[in-house]
Amino acid sequence: MILASFANSRLLALMRKESLQIVRDPSTALIAFVLPVIVLFLFAYAVSLDIRQVPIGVVLECDTAQSQSLAAAFARTRYFKVTSAHDRNKIIALLMRGELRGFVVIPPDFDHRLLADSTGGLIQIVTDGSQPNTANFVASYAQGVLAQWLAQQPGATSVAAALIPRFWFNTAVESRRFLVPGALAIVMTIIGTLLTAMVVAREWERGTMEALIATPVSVAEILAGKLLPYYGLGMLAMLIATLLSIYVFHVPLRGSWLALFAVTSVFLIPALGQGLLISVLSKNQFIAAQFALMSGYLPAFMLSGFLFEIDSMPWPVRMLTYVVPARYFVTSLQTLFLVGDVWPLLLKNMAAMAGIGLVFFLIARRGLHKSLEN
Amino acid sequence: MGLLSPALRALIIKELLSVLRDPKSRMVLIVPPIMQLLIFSFAATLDLNNASVAVYNMDSGAWSHAWVERVAHASFVRELYPVHSRPEVERMIAQQRVTAALVIPQTASRDVAAGRPAQIQLILDGRRANANQILLAYLNTMLGNFNIETGGGRSIDELAVTRHWFNPNLLYPWFVVPGVGGILVTFITMLLTALSIARERELGTFDQLLVSPCTPLEIIVAKMAPALVVGMVLGILMATVAVMVFRVPFTGSWTLLLLSMLVYILSVIGIGLAISAVCNTQQQAILGTFTFVVPSVLMSGFATPVENMPVFLQWLAQGIPLKYYLIILQGSFLKDLSPSMVWANDWPMLAIAAVTLTTATLFVRGRLQ
Repeated sequence: MILASFANSRLLALMRKESLQIVRDPSTALIAFVLPVIVLFLFAYAVSLDIRQVPIGVVLECDTAQSQSLAAAFARTRYFKVTSAHDRNKIIALLMRGELRGFVVIPPDFDHRLLADSTGGLIQIVTDGSQPNTANFVASYAQGVLAQWLAQQPGATSVAAALIPRFWFNTAVESRRFLVPGALAIVMTIIGTLLTAMVVAREWERGTMEALIATPVSVAEILAGKLLPYYGLGMLAMLIATLLSIYVFHVPLRGSWLALFAVTSVFLIPALGQGLLISVLSKNQFIAAQFALMSGYLPAFMLSGFLFEIDSMPWPVRMLTYVVPARYFVTSLQTLFLVGDVWPLLLKNMAAMAGIGLVFFLIARRGLHKSLEN
Repeated sequence: MGLLSPALRALIIKELLSVLRDPKSRMVLIVPPIMQLLIFSFAATLDLNNASVAVYNMDSGAWSHAWVERVAHASFVRELYPVHSRPEVERMIAQQRVTAALVIPQTASRDVAAGRPAQIQLILDGRRANANQILLAYLNTMLGNFNIETGGGRSIDELAVTRHWFNPNLLYPWFVVPGVGGILVTFITMLLTALSIARERELGTFDQLLVSPCTPLEIIVAKMAPALVVGMVLGILMATVAVMVFRVPFTGSWTLLLLSMLVYILSVIGIGLAISAVCNTQQQAILGTFTFVVPSVLMSGFATPVENMPVFLQWLAQGIPLKYYLIILQGSFLKDLSPSMVWANDWPMLAIAAVTLTTATLFVRGRLQ
């Protein structure tokens, strides 16, 4: 029945009006096409989580062959960029200025400490704990360098077992490969939620929403007329961003275009629904923008598991992530790009996104009715 | 107030009222950012807890049993899932039921007993390479220690005495809270200013302002007032929450931090006003703000160090005030940042503020003629 009433020229006219507004305002093009390019570029080149060449210091307080061999072992690893010194204070000054992330001290009596019957520490590792992630890496890898070096010493108890790591789907462990698909989800959240919230809130603010409602057009038609052009805009932005990811940033798309189309379409339900809901509740562009930022963009950035591992969050925050649509979109996109069409995973995520979207639309409809009665 | 002309004073009051009179927008300015600070500070952890790992143990010996037990009791592992075939491993990982899988070959225990090197495969989900690189480092250290203990030697923890300066227990909130606070202040202040001129223009009241006896400079100064008040209040609140709720130690100077905060907010306002001056509608101003703020947060060094970026982008990052402010914020909390270092990061922000505020004033003057 609803479909039948859509099949008329009124809806087409509304969609035409909205599309013209999109085309005429340069700011929509900015957010739909320029921002995605900038964000993808930054995630491909600027935001690198690959730990390579962390600057550390090695303080050589002793000049024996053994200690120099250990210092050389530190200099050889690709994880560190070593600054050597004999004086601890020189290195400490660099650490204070943030130019080094940690340092290793090889003490004066290193050779003596190396003897099997001595007890206690052999070397000292100091890190700059103000950046805990880097500090953790420096400590772990420095310990690893020491362990390996010890194992290679004559007469060492041989290392009995070793881990052979294999990173599946991303063999070379390039952070770009999982960040770029994640960034697509962020960009789509901005386009879907922020843009919709702004556009509909503007109609309320200027009073043109009431004018529209007073016409013979039904509420469902108004919403469809508003949202369908933005659905189209979102899909177009996604198409361009995906082509960029594949051909410019060289992230392979291992899944099918059909699955990508389906997942994106389903994600736009909660994204557009959230925008609509925000605009209905706020009716003011400033508050709408503020809410879209707080409930759309920032959660997509912080709570979607794209930068920060959801499993590591405390449980109340973990529960909260379940209502963030971007959470499902991020995993789906990462899977589609890096693994392929893993339908059990995709369907589960699509169901969750559709469910959240439905709830948004239901609440928005109630809010809409209420505001019309007042 | 004696220094201000009556026209300017009236204009400032009008601007403050237009933002702060409405209880709804007052609430939107203060409450959500504080809530976000609380939530995001717990969320933004790059530490590893609660990892789910599958174990495909083909070996029935004592050594591998002891090793699996060791992994199962590790603080960063939530649960181990025993699996019994290679396809099961593949399925568990593809569907993200586990983030990683240990595959222990049949001969592992025998090899270790005979002194031959045993190879344990660790399969990691490359989609979550972020967390998995940490998992790999942890498991490597653990296996290293396990080897030494089975061989009867000193453990690596004993051999390498490790100290973390400024944050001995590597608590993530100490690192994250000041930064998240700074970012939230940026967003709110920037949106507030970006909308100010654009809204007047959209509603047509900007022309009234232009024909009033106020000079363009006075208009800009008045437009700065609400954002300056809100930004400072929010900035101070965020720092207070960091100290009182998250117990982040504050080792630097409050005076220097507050002065830097003022300089920072001025630079943000400058950028916001410059965006606002060139936009005709609120929508353009908001979307323009997003196009500036989103990339600048990414390049500020909050998520990843600036020195890891390509040189061209590092050069571009010099124009982002948030980059300098984050150094001052994090340094003032944890590293007792020296006044000279604070100043070294203050003057670029002052320069940005001067350039952008002048630009905005010139734009307003341009409208007048």
